[in-house]
Amino acid sequence: MAGDMLTSEFLVNVDHERCRRCKRCILNCGFGVFDFQSMTTAESSKCVACHRCVVFCPEEAITVTRNPLAFKDHSSWDVNRRKAIWKQAQAPGMILTGMGNDLPWLNVFDHLLIDACQVTNPSIDPLREPMELRTYLGRKPDSLEVVGEDGAHRLETRVAGNIRLEVPLVFSGMSYGSVSLNTHRALAIAAEKLGTVMNTGEGGLHKELYPYRDHIIVQCASGRFGVHPEYLQSGVAVEIKVGQGAKPGIGGHLPGEKICQEVSSTRMIPRGTDALSPAPHHDIYSIEDLRQLIYALKEATGYKPVSVKIATVHNVAAIASGIARAGADIIYLDGFKGGTGASPAVVRDHVGIPLEIALAVVDSQLRSEGIRNRVSIIAAGGIRSSADAAKAIALGADAVGIGTAALIALGCRLCQKCYTGNCSWGIATQKPELSGRLDPDWGAERLVNLVNSWSLELKEVLGALGVNAVESLRGNRERLRSLGLDEQTTRILDVKPAGR
Amino acid sequence: MTVAFGDQYSRWRVDREKVPAACGLTGFICEDGERVPGDAVIESMRVMHDRGNGLGGGFAGYGIYPEHADLYAVHIMFEGKEGKAACEDTLEESLEIAAGEEIPTAGGTPIADPPLLWRYFALPRKEKLSESGLDEQDFMVRLVMDINIRVPGAFVFSCGKNMGVFKAVGFAEDVGEFFRLPEYLGHTWIGHARFPTNTPGWWGGAHPFSILDWAVVHNGEISSYGINKRYLEMFGYECTLLTDTEVVAYLFDLLVRKHRLPLEVACKVLAAPFWKDIDAVGDPGEKELLESLRIVYGSALMNGPFAVIVGYSRGMMGLNDRIKLRPLVAARKDEVLYVSSEESAIRQICPRPDRVWAPNAGQPVIGRLRGDA
Repeated sequence: MAGDMLTSEFLVNVDHERCRRCKRCILNCGFGVFDFQSMTTAESSKCVACHRCVVFCPEEAITVTRNPLAFKDHSSWDVNRRKAIWKQAQAPGMILTGMGNDLPWLNVFDHLLIDACQVTNPSIDPLREPMELRTYLGRKPDSLEVVGEDGAHRLETRVAGNIRLEVPLVFSGMSYGSVSLNTHRALAIAAEKLGTVMNTGEGGLHKELYPYRDHIIVQCASGRFGVHPEYLQSGVAVEIKVGQGAKPGIGGHLPGEKICQEVSSTRMIPRGTDALSPAPHHDIYSIEDLRQLIYALKEATGYKPVSVKIATVHNVAAIASGIARAGADIIYLDGFKGGTGASPAVVRDHVGIPLEIALAVVDSQLRSEGIRNRVSIIAAGGIRSSADAAKAIALGADAVGIGTAALIALGCRLCQKCYTGNCSWGIATQKPELSGRLDPDWGAERLVNLVNSWSLELKEVLGALGVNAVESLRGNRERLRSLGLDEQTTRILDVKPAGR
Repeated sequence: MTVAFGDQYSRWRVDREKVPAACGLTGFICEDGERVPGDAVIESMRVMHDRGNGLGGGFAGYGIYPEHADLYAVHIMFEGKEGKAACEDTLEESLEIAAGEEIPTAGGTPIADPPLLWRYFALPRKEKLSESGLDEQDFMVRLVMDINIRVPGAFVFSCGKNMGVFKAVGFAEDVGEFFRLPEYLGHTWIGHARFPTNTPGWWGGAHPFSILDWAVVHNGEISSYGINKRYLEMFGYECTLLTDTEVVAYLFDLLVRKHRLPLEVACKVLAAPFWKDIDAVGDPGEKELLESLRIVYGSALMNGPFAVIVGYSRGMMGLNDRIKLRPLVAARKDEVLYVSSEESAIRQICPRPDRVWAPNAGQPVIGRLRGDA
């Protein structure tokens, strides 16, 4: 402790008058904070504020507080910057972190306001009228050919390869390896119950989950972990992961500690080795290469839809246009607040652009080229609530992806220590004694509850807007206003400022 | 400065703001092709005086220009002589003009401060048409949008064949008298009284809205306007009039003329059936059709309260939104189909219809000229 000059971030206090010495805290803490020597002791320096001990202490004897230790104020050298330097001076290396960007960047969603009806058009009551959220993801033709007259109309155009979702919400890609099998199980069960899809992330799909194939998007990332013909067939679509919002431009980082036997066989890599997927796909050095992989995957799957996931970077609109023209059916935009199991903090916190802006410019670009029908857009990376979802849809998303929100539903406290494999909540760990804590059915129920709650809220928003189908909100920026954004950003978002 | 082209108009041109409005509407078609004078549609509108507030009224008549039936009848309002001169240069460049004249109007009505109102009977110049690579109708659409967006002080409000739109700031019945509609004979007439909620009226903002031979009168507010407009822009339509009614006319033009969807099918796009009803359809072909329409044309769904009457060269249609949030009544007497906001407006001109009914939500009422008419 003294050697690395770091002071504890949190202080753990055990009230010994309340403590019954049941040792639940010792069992529950994944980070080894607690010990027992005639009484319960806590090593505060190991605490990550995941609250597992606090929640499970039957006597409410444990409190976790921020260490009030005073640092001399300095507006340039905030404490976290000083700590980062101490860490790197102690041992060379990148500072690793988990979950999404935690710096206080402008959150555009918090500067967008939604409209509602008053007098000139009636709002619609979702308790009394149908309110439709059904969404189809995939390529649509520009028009339909219909022949015949007087009620006997026949459709001549087949609309193939669309994924039907009962809600415009999907679970974002989180790999088996970064999260536990029980987390994957909970997501798959919930996706099936909700009529939506989960996404495998880049770690393959455990064979046990193949029966959920109608509710799974399988991912093919640069490491090709767990990619084989049967896997590619085990979903409704294949996603080529080019980039991730939390770490644009770099590959995956799964530390060897999390490669247990099951992860090893699912990923098809040796047990205990670090799974570092390459930064680029080594068969995609340009857009024409992407086209080849898209069509290779289509050939391999009998022409299932192919999604391409990219991080939102500066030139995202042109990139998305290229992806659409390369033959993708879905573009998955992952904003710079998107989560991760492990990323260098420098990249997570400073690379990429906000989802809201990327989404707006991609949707506008595809429209200006007249190719918006060719692809669906999933917006993810920073969707925290149904309000964010509604705003993303109004900006142009067909559906939104939720990753971090799903994990929070399962108990995640955003301690940002996923990469250690010590997750006390059994979510981002492969240690059987930890991952066994997450009951997949219990987890699925919580995920279903969350998505159903957001769906209710979305319906309420639609009703207030006076529309009864989500497609009337989709891309309908006329119903958004900006507040407190600079003029340039408002113009880029193509929304009007409040008051106009 | 005139009422027609005041500050409001200039601001609209720059900002492209949308203006909500509510209204009363009426229409009828003589399916046997009999042409009747414009008195009836004026009388029908007069009953619904209170559905307007004097800030906009208008009419469309079909079959009214038999002597120029094969030419586009281009109705234009000009902001003074300069607007007219600038616009006529553009017109001459693109069109072979067979005749041009001031639209006849009557004095002694309450209609005040009219702009210059002219009409031209014309066809695209052959060399311009082939240069453009467009078909004749697309050429006209492009020309009209060009003038309305880029020629200051000129606004084309009607450009169909053998039909015409007449509209102004005022109560509908006064607008009808002002334009001397009783002197025209038409087989189909539609009328509109406007109740704009937040603006002094602008002549161009009155209904009907028209493109080619489509003319739309509309009561309601299309809550999905924002996406309908952006969807239309992908197909080259520029919404210049800043009212949601305009998108109705363009959506019909896109779906029926360009995508060649049968009119009833287009109505399933604009007032789409609910998924619960589509899921319950037994016939797999019908189900796939309805499902595909929603998948492909979701952005064309007109959501929110509306009743519209749409006129076109050989027919007229009334349609309500998918949950019927605005009134629409239909009636039939012999060869004539009537559609209106109010039954009283129908009975005013047809006291004893054979049948009167309230069309269901999303179910179009369509009248068509008979094949020989």
